[in-house]
Amino acid sequence: MKVLAAMSGGVDSAVAAARAVEAGHDVTGVHLALSRMPGIFRSGSRGCCTVEDSLDARRAAGLLGIPFYVWDLSAQFTEAVVDDFVSEYAAGRTPNPCMRCNERIKFAALLDKALELGFDAVATGHYANVEFAADGTPELHRASAWAKDQSYVLGVLTADQLRHSMFPLGDTPSKDLVRAEAERRGLSVANKPDSHDICFIPEGDTRDWLAERIPMEQGNILDTDGNVVGSHDGALSYTVGQRKGLNLGVPAADGRPRFVVTVKPHTNEVVVGSRADLDIAEIGGTRVSWAGNDPVASGYADLTDDGFTSFECEVQIRAHADPVPAVAEKRDGEIVVRPNTPLNGVATGQTAVLYVGTRVVGQFTIDRTVSATALV
Amino acid sequence: MAYLDFAATAPVLDEVIAAWEFAVRQPGNASATHRDGQKSRLLWEEGRENIARSFGAKPFDVTMTGSGTEAINLAIKGLFWGRNADASRPRIVTTETEHHAALDAVNWLVDHESAVVDFVAVDEFGMIELDDLRAKLDNDVALVTTLWVSNEIGTIQPIDEIVALALDKGIPVHADAVAAWGHIPLDFDASGLAAMSVSAHKIGGPVGVGAVAVARGWNVVPSIHGGSQQRLRSGSLDVAGTYAAGVAAGKALNHVREHGDRMLSLANRLATGLRNSIPGVVFRGHPTIRTVDNVHITVPGLDTVSAMFLLDELGHFVSAGSACQAGVNSPSHVLRAIGVADSEGPLRFTLGPTTTESDIDEVLAVLPGIIARTRTLA
Repeated sequence: MKVLAAMSGGVDSAVAAARAVEAGHDVTGVHLALSRMPGIFRSGSRGCCTVEDSLDARRAAGLLGIPFYVWDLSAQFTEAVVDDFVSEYAAGRTPNPCMRCNERIKFAALLDKALELGFDAVATGHYANVEFAADGTPELHRASAWAKDQSYVLGVLTADQLRHSMFPLGDTPSKDLVRAEAERRGLSVANKPDSHDICFIPEGDTRDWLAERIPMEQGNILDTDGNVVGSHDGALSYTVGQRKGLNLGVPAADGRPRFVVTVKPHTNEVVVGSRADLDIAEIGGTRVSWAGNDPVASGYADLTDDGFTSFECEVQIRAHADPVPAVAEKRDGEIVVRPNTPLNGVATGQTAVLYVGTRVVGQFTIDRTVSATALV
Repeated sequence: MAYLDFAATAPVLDEVIAAWEFAVRQPGNASATHRDGQKSRLLWEEGRENIARSFGAKPFDVTMTGSGTEAINLAIKGLFWGRNADASRPRIVTTETEHHAALDAVNWLVDHESAVVDFVAVDEFGMIELDDLRAKLDNDVALVTTLWVSNEIGTIQPIDEIVALALDKGIPVHADAVAAWGHIPLDFDASGLAAMSVSAHKIGGPVGVGAVAVARGWNVVPSIHGGSQQRLRSGSLDVAGTYAAGVAAGKALNHVREHGDRMLSLANRLATGLRNSIPGVVFRGHPTIRTVDNVHITVPGLDTVSAMFLLDELGHFVSAGSACQAGVNSPSHVLRAIGVADSEGPLRFTLGPTTTESDIDEVLAVLPGIIARTRTLA
């Protein structure tokens, strides 16, 4: 196969490319220039699209003896990921930019271009597996090493995208083995620190970064009964579940810690409550995609007039959250998921990924939440 | 397999490699007084003489540098400092179509040395508008710096007229002749230029060897200080590089004299083929006052990166023509300055002494299909 290996300059994508070469594929390396600030240098573990990273990727490709290019997708990235991140926050939601990047850039803009240029697949250093259903439809599965599993951020991929995706690290039991393999192969990125946080926020302070892009105004912090208990410098820089930095003047009646429960962008209000107020008993959303066969075609659920019947699954709402057993159904065109035990700290805008066993069934963007206390 | 990217760097000639290997075996620092040093010095001098002769300068007026970029920086900053020591001449007159080596040097002077830059208008071919130049020249101008030949689109500037206008006001002119050397006849002493910069690897010499000629009577302040091996540049003399570059210079002079017709015929073959097979193609740069071995096109909606990838895959090496940082081709400031929209995808083909008709035909056989295929990707 002709494989385009997306090489970030990190150890995972370098080893993934190496394995694709070793498997006998005709591999070409490509580094995506995503940042509009190409002059910045990496500091600490942050950032993934600096000049230094592109040189690391080039060096790794050179050692593998494969041709290498840098493709500038910064315009698409800015529009689809960065601007989207800002506008989602401005609407009071908490987006996941890495998922957006996978959905719109790596497995869309890049994959489309790769297919147009005659490649069969794009390989990345994600930890996940592609398997095939009995009818030949590709399925996305968790990586063999659950600690490194990245299937959550790939949950946005559709069957068509999965058919042309290759994750050579999916069956590796641990990251240490990948580092050891990089060392053995003489890849200088073997000991490069893992990247964390959001690549386009090089200083790592999301709140400051957002404040430069979204007009922030002082407003009230309310308790769940509507009483003013403090003030803030801009509701949009708060995240549901946040506990630190609230600076409340009035102590809680029960004397226990309080958390951000809701962010209301239209009234510029932040609502705080107890830990129990964070418990979510139901989530729903209409922006959905299936990673392969949908629940009906998979035999999990039956078709109904306005959706499908309920089926047992697990729901995961953050990249590193534990999956929670749940029941999912589709009614009135909306996916509705009820976890067996309440989810903690869910914000609208987040992505809920549904699993059956190791398989990623699909994902949806959470448009609404129902608090457990509200149902009592 | 066609290499049509001579303007990025020209393949090093066998004679040049042999000359470099011969000279690098000569022991002795060329500034040492003993006999080995003297032998080294002679090789270096011979190289510099050949270089100077190829563009009509006196050898002693030529300063060897580590690159064309260094030569350009030395000329621009040196002339600026020499002329503006009393802060009476802070203005630099240039164009927006210069190579980054000149533009960024000028911008650095603006940011750090209180220089003021004035951009002369250029026409749609990138040719300097002489009336605008005349209007911008005054007693407070430190220097004029211009390309002799555009590295990107091949347009040859009217150096004689530019120099005449500037000298009329007593203003020195520096010419960035990196894309001119080996392509058109150059006569530095007759040109009236104050300074002129070149680079050896563009003519089949080694990378890492540049040179700047400075006419007598102009004060150029050096940037690199040390052992004063050269009047305007310290640092041990690069004997092998200079000697080898001298051999390349001799070959280039010969190439200009004897192969102009052959290059023109190859370039015409390419241009005709492109014109007949690529709908909407526009040829950039001046139609006649240009170096014959540069063919620069833009195609509406062309995704240059994809087209270059597909050409590369087939072993054909061309260029987008613009500057590149970390492997990313940014939209060309030159094309923007001559009014070309970013949606027009550029491709630059630059030919050289070893280019053959079959190189041209091989590229013409695949390019229309590649362009048709990648036009939809932009």
